[in-house]
Amino acid sequence: MFRLEARSSTPAWFNLALPLLAIAIALLLCSGLIAVAGAGVVEAYGVMLSASLGDSYAITETLVRAAPMIFTGLAVAIAFRAKFWNIGAEGQLLAGAVASCAVGAIPMPGYLAMLLMALVGAAAGALVALVPATLRVKFKVDDVVSSLLLNSVIYYALMALIEGPWKDTFSGYPISPPIEDSANFPVLIEGTRLHLGVIVALIAAPLCWFLIARTTLGFKIRVTGENPEAARYGGINVQRVLLSTALLSGALAGLAGVGEVGGVHFQVMSDISPGYGYSGIVVAMLARLNPLGVVPAAIFLAAVMTGAEAMSRATGVPAFLSDVIQGTALLAMLVALLFTAYRIRRVGAS
Amino acid sequence: MSGRTERGASRHPCQTKLDRKANCYQECPLVTPAPLIEMRGITKSFGAVKANEAVDLSVAPGEILGLLGENGAGKTTLMNVLFGAYAPDAGEILVEGRPVAIHSSADALAAGIGMVHQHFHLAPRLTVLENLLIGIPGKSGRIDRAGGLARLKEIGRQHGLNLDPNLPVSALSVGEQQRLEIVKALFRGARLLILDEPTAVLAPSEVDGLFAALRSMAAQGLGIIFISHKLNEVRALTHRCVVLRLGKVAGRVDRPASTTSAEMAKLMCGHEIVPPTKEASTPGASVLTLDGISTSGHGGTPLRDVSLFVRSGEILGIAGVSGNGQRALADVISGMLRPRAGAMTIAGKAVAQFSPRELQGLGLGRIPEDRMTTGLVTNLPLADSMVLPRIGTEAFSRKGLLNPAAIRAFAEAQIKAYDIRCPGPTVRAGALSGGNLQKALLARELAFDPKVLIVSQPTRGLDIGAARFIHEKFLAMRAKACGIIVIGEDLEELLMLSDRIAVMYEGRIAGTLSSTDATVARLGLMMTGAEGHA
Repeated sequence: MFRLEARSSTPAWFNLALPLLAIAIALLLCSGLIAVAGAGVVEAYGVMLSASLGDSYAITETLVRAAPMIFTGLAVAIAFRAKFWNIGAEGQLLAGAVASCAVGAIPMPGYLAMLLMALVGAAAGALVALVPATLRVKFKVDDVVSSLLLNSVIYYALMALIEGPWKDTFSGYPISPPIEDSANFPVLIEGTRLHLGVIVALIAAPLCWFLIARTTLGFKIRVTGENPEAARYGGINVQRVLLSTALLSGALAGLAGVGEVGGVHFQVMSDISPGYGYSGIVVAMLARLNPLGVVPAAIFLAAVMTGAEAMSRATGVPAFLSDVIQGTALLAMLVALLFTAYRIRRVGAS
Repeated sequence: MSGRTERGASRHPCQTKLDRKANCYQECPLVTPAPLIEMRGITKSFGAVKANEAVDLSVAPGEILGLLGENGAGKTTLMNVLFGAYAPDAGEILVEGRPVAIHSSADALAAGIGMVHQHFHLAPRLTVLENLLIGIPGKSGRIDRAGGLARLKEIGRQHGLNLDPNLPVSALSVGEQQRLEIVKALFRGARLLILDEPTAVLAPSEVDGLFAALRSMAAQGLGIIFISHKLNEVRALTHRCVVLRLGKVAGRVDRPASTTSAEMAKLMCGHEIVPPTKEASTPGASVLTLDGISTSGHGGTPLRDVSLFVRSGEILGIAGVSGNGQRALADVISGMLRPRAGAMTIAGKAVAQFSPRELQGLGLGRIPEDRMTTGLVTNLPLADSMVLPRIGTEAFSRKGLLNPAAIRAFAEAQIKAYDIRCPGPTVRAGALSGGNLQKALLARELAFDPKVLIVSQPTRGLDIGAARFIHEKFLAMRAKACGIIVIGEDLEELLMLSDRIAVMYEGRIAGTLSSTDATVARLGLMMTGAEGHA
């Protein structure tokens, strides 16, 4: 017989061990699905690994995919630290994409265009995030529900735009007109898609860590998240902290959209994000809400995504497996988090 | 004093037959029943800390056993072992002489052990009867309401534990909720009842009712373990006491009623407790003035036209039965509640915003009633809680950037100065005991030399040693010309500390007495609204 017993403290190595454990469990569970699909498990995972991290080109592709998830992961990690339950990174990403695409289509010098795209895209994401935060602060509306539902609102607004007034007249497809060539983010390594936005994402992570760990705003975010009552008693304006957190979180998610427009697609289409906003939640949880942990977590998920496509081509296992791995990894992580507060103890049968 | 020598019921000497009425099980010379519960050599360690070491304890039917000890002495751990929350590292538990293995609260209940925790485990939206029936198997899949109702009435009649079965728990007072917890345990067939600091949440008048019920239960053969710090309660209620210190049995008291509080306190602390001396002081100018403060009700009793003042070098006690507006008063003064009408000044400056930050800036120090939810952030390092109210000041940050070295140095210095027992400033605040948390809160306020200090229930739940420490700090602040307001329910504490005592009744100040005029009897009368005195 086993039972759970409360822990008085959590060992530091758990921060690393728990996500690895969760990932291992997810891969183990999904190997069953691979077997059911009629492929060799070792072979399938081998293809996934070599296609995502096997050579330098594969690595750059994985990093390109990781960039938006680093941004959305950071957005979610910071929001969740304050217990602002931002499930709306997807919508904020789309808003950032639309806004930056509109700016990028205006002819102007390249670097000015890129800077403005980033600023406007971040602002658009921040404004979207402000909606659920304001509803919560002013009217106590549940932020999980409002931020989640807002994703659909933004998505269909985007669809209405690209099916209607913003439809690319040249191609006739439901996609927006492309941004100016000069506004395309520079490619860092010739022959790859590794663009400037990836570097910005990699720099954003330590900056967010610094914000949370070393600034008074970060302190207020942490305290407000853990105990808003004590924060208020201690003289912190809890409402203002929540709104600031929302702006910051939305801006980061908006930047994910900016990177996709400026560095990958150069225009907006309906499937510009394969759920990067939702993946951000998985990334943030695997990272245990630590901005530095967001980078490896995002790279892992990106590797699974790029790898799954190659695996699908090579073995016939559907690429949807990557979604299953993501989902099971999140569930495994949520269960694993139990062990930060409890230990399992064996007791004799009574 | 310690060891395994005395155990079970055989230690009760035969007394005169006149005593039989008082408690037949305990005093009857012919009946020497096996102990209801016996714990033998219980040892439980958490890491390097031995929370319990070779503890022996037994309760006979009809016996009320007091379990005394300072915070961290191992009382709660021992009871958690008995109730199945922790498995002991060594030792055994016997129920009526038979060894039993208790791995869960379900096992404990099956063995006839019921526990009333400090924090109640009730479903607020369900009724009294429904709460009672949670987890009780019904008849062929249906809840047996009629049967439950009959049992509830019977238990109520037997012990004077009456409750309206159809009221939702959210409508019950704290005392009634506690009564329901006791009834729940009896309903599940408990023959031994553990009560963890049951009086901490009760008003003085409710304590008498609780004691009457406990005595009635004991008279009918139930065993009771009563955990408390309050020596006068233990002396009034229990038949026998076990005193724990640092996880071990420090002593046993066979006749608590005829043992002095000082002797028991010495057993608990390991040394004599000397009451602090209050030196004469001449109060200066008023440092905090409330003029006609009224609030709108926010859950509790609102304030109605409250005017009071406290001068520098003076301690003003606020007495009153809980729920007469003390909460609103503390909230207004500490900036958590904006009054509807009235004015407040601190050190001569009018308060405009009634925000915590403004009041802090004016020189107000605050220690909240609820340390865990209002005072500290239990999941973050202790140092964070200690600098929280002043994180934006030059002391701990500059231009929005934290100064981790200064934060750490401040926390370490205060931990040393206030003898806060903890592994260090990075430990989770929630891991500290109540007394150490209160010291930490005191340290964070006093470090900035407040002109006025407002504290609510400063020693609630603290052991004697920690309470004495807090009292000494208050008196030291008084000597340094700080004006202090102490809101409390413990009249003896208020009488010892205060220069003046104001009594609150239904949201008003019913009257103010100087320490020379105030007595427990007179304050008690004013607390019921019987006597007004300006």
